[in-house]
Amino acid sequence: MAEIHLKDMAHSYLQNPQEPEDYALKGLDHVWEDGGAYALLGPSGCGKTTLLNIISGLLTPSKGSVLFGGSDVTALDTAHRNIAQVFQFPVIYDTMTVRQNLEFPLKNRGMAAADIDARVTEIADMLDITSQLNKRASNLSADAKQIISLGRGLVRSDVNAILFDEPLTVIDPHKKWLLRSKLKELHQQFGFTMVYVTHDQTEALTFADKVVVMYGGEVVQIGTPEELFERPAHTFVGYFIGSPGMNILPAHVEGRTAMLGDMQIPLGCDYGTPKGKIEIGIRPEFLKLTTGTDAAIEGIEDLGRHKIARVKFAGHSLAVLVPESQPVALGPTGLAFDPACTLVYKDSHLCEGAV
Amino acid sequence: MQKKLNQKAWFLVLPVFLLVAFSAIIPLMTVVNYSVQDSFGNNEFYWVGTEWFVEILNSERFHSALGRQLLFSGIILVIEIPLGIWIALRMPKKGWGASLCLVLMALPLLIPWNVVGTIWQIFARADIGLLGHTLASLGIDYNYTQSAFSAWFTVIIMDVWHWTSLVVLLCYAGLSSIPNAFYQAAKIDGASRWAVFRYIQFPKMKRVLMIAVLLRFMDSFMIYTEPFVVTGGGPGNATTFLSIDLVKMAIGQFDLGPAAAFSLVYFLIVLLMSWVFYTVMTASDAEANK
Repeated sequence: MAEIHLKDMAHSYLQNPQEPEDYALKGLDHVWEDGGAYALLGPSGCGKTTLLNIISGLLTPSKGSVLFGGSDVTALDTAHRNIAQVFQFPVIYDTMTVRQNLEFPLKNRGMAAADIDARVTEIADMLDITSQLNKRASNLSADAKQIISLGRGLVRSDVNAILFDEPLTVIDPHKKWLLRSKLKELHQQFGFTMVYVTHDQTEALTFADKVVVMYGGEVVQIGTPEELFERPAHTFVGYFIGSPGMNILPAHVEGRTAMLGDMQIPLGCDYGTPKGKIEIGIRPEFLKLTTGTDAAIEGIEDLGRHKIARVKFAGHSLAVLVPESQPVALGPTGLAFDPACTLVYKDSHLCEGAV
Repeated sequence: MQKKLNQKAWFLVLPVFLLVAFSAIIPLMTVVNYSVQDSFGNNEFYWVGTEWFVEILNSERFHSALGRQLLFSGIILVIEIPLGIWIALRMPKKGWGASLCLVLMALPLLIPWNVVGTIWQIFARADIGLLGHTLASLGIDYNYTQSAFSAWFTVIIMDVWHWTSLVVLLCYAGLSSIPNAFYQAAKIDGASRWAVFRYIQFPKMKRVLMIAVLLRFMDSFMIYTEPFVVTGGGPGNATTFLSIDLVKMAIGQFDLGPAAAFSLVYFLIVLLMSWVFYTVMTASDAEANK
């Protein structure tokens, strides 16, 4: 087990990258703690898989280095990095039995037969697959196959980190939940560093201690699920996380007030007079419908637990979360912003104001 | 509810039935008809029962042609299948190199059988052929019109040149269906090159490989045109394979009865061998699905 340090790392798939756009990963410098559960979250093409492949050693970064527990592994190939990886589609060796699948990584490393046997028995017991050990692996269901791919990583006692590349994509929804709890349980038991790539925010938020949100080849925020929800560091995090996402509105900010057209919105902090592209962001959860007439409800979606009202306010459309008990109707309404939760963004990045 | 019996649907099958009848069943039955009769011309036929079959099955000539045929198919399978797998494994997976390789591989398959025969007939000639003359000038006693070994060598090299591509293309198709994650997982598991072949590539290639083996077996077992053009079955009877012998008997000697019996035995051997290959090669799959 080891911490993972990405040092001044960037990667481009081109031979001679010139422009920032040529890079699939633009300058990362992060330390991921030993034993942490990290989720890499981002839309397709944001560089998640590139980053994962660099950590596992399938790709060599164009710049910078990767350190495991303080030692540089940038030049080492996958087999020598002591990494395990679970892929999107279950990878199992069809012709082998479950037992042989689990033995395979150990046999390749020349372990003694008695030790292999003991280790496989132990891991099979932990994964609850002892009864399936002598079955042909090709006849198992997709979720059982994913457990075996995970098992092939776990049998090696030298594993630094286990990487998951969207491992639940092909699993049935009700099994997803089971498999996810299984993974969490194993993580607590073994304490391996876990890096989990996904584009599903629920998966990321329920799974990880820290979520790494990526966008356009950059890490835009690393934080706990709570931090991502309450103080998104980037407008992308704001609207990518949450359902529906944060309302982002272009505004003019002066001191403790944001001007939205001729509407004034009080802010929780003093921001001075920021220059650049200024936007304010507020989550639908922190907006309230009041008895006023300066806004208009244009649509209502009932989601069961709560309702989402689409509200036209100062020329912009906003999503407002309405409790199921509160009656709503189309037509004029008032809108109240929670000042503490109204955040200011300058060029898409969060501004810190003075209290 | 009582289901109403409706036999009219048989009419829908009629066109196909007629087509198959005219293209396969009627010609085959004609052969069966010949195989149990004797004829002295004039369209007069006499019933001889199983006489021709007994004669063919006991004839030295048939046995030796069958032996040569089995040897030939055996040799070309032993060469072409591993060679085809080896080439497919080494072909580039993408880029212009992959396209170029595919075109080069497909070329021999596009050449008509008799042209392939003619090419090699000239190419291997000891007096003017590039291959034959080069070998002869190196002091190697090579002449396919005189030495049985040279003739076999030429016919086998020709078949390998003509048909290995088919095995390559089929294996290549099998290989390209393997997702990249399998290779990545194998790297992570520390698998050797051989282990990657044994546990990932070979199992995924197995189905197409079975088709390759069946096709190559059937084609090589029925080979006629190329050896006929190159060696004409000679020197002596050295390269007289079953089909060449059959044509000699049927057209050269006009022994319709024995030739028909020969054809049927030949057909049953191909059928039997293909069944054996198929059963043996799918045995492990069947076991796995139990």
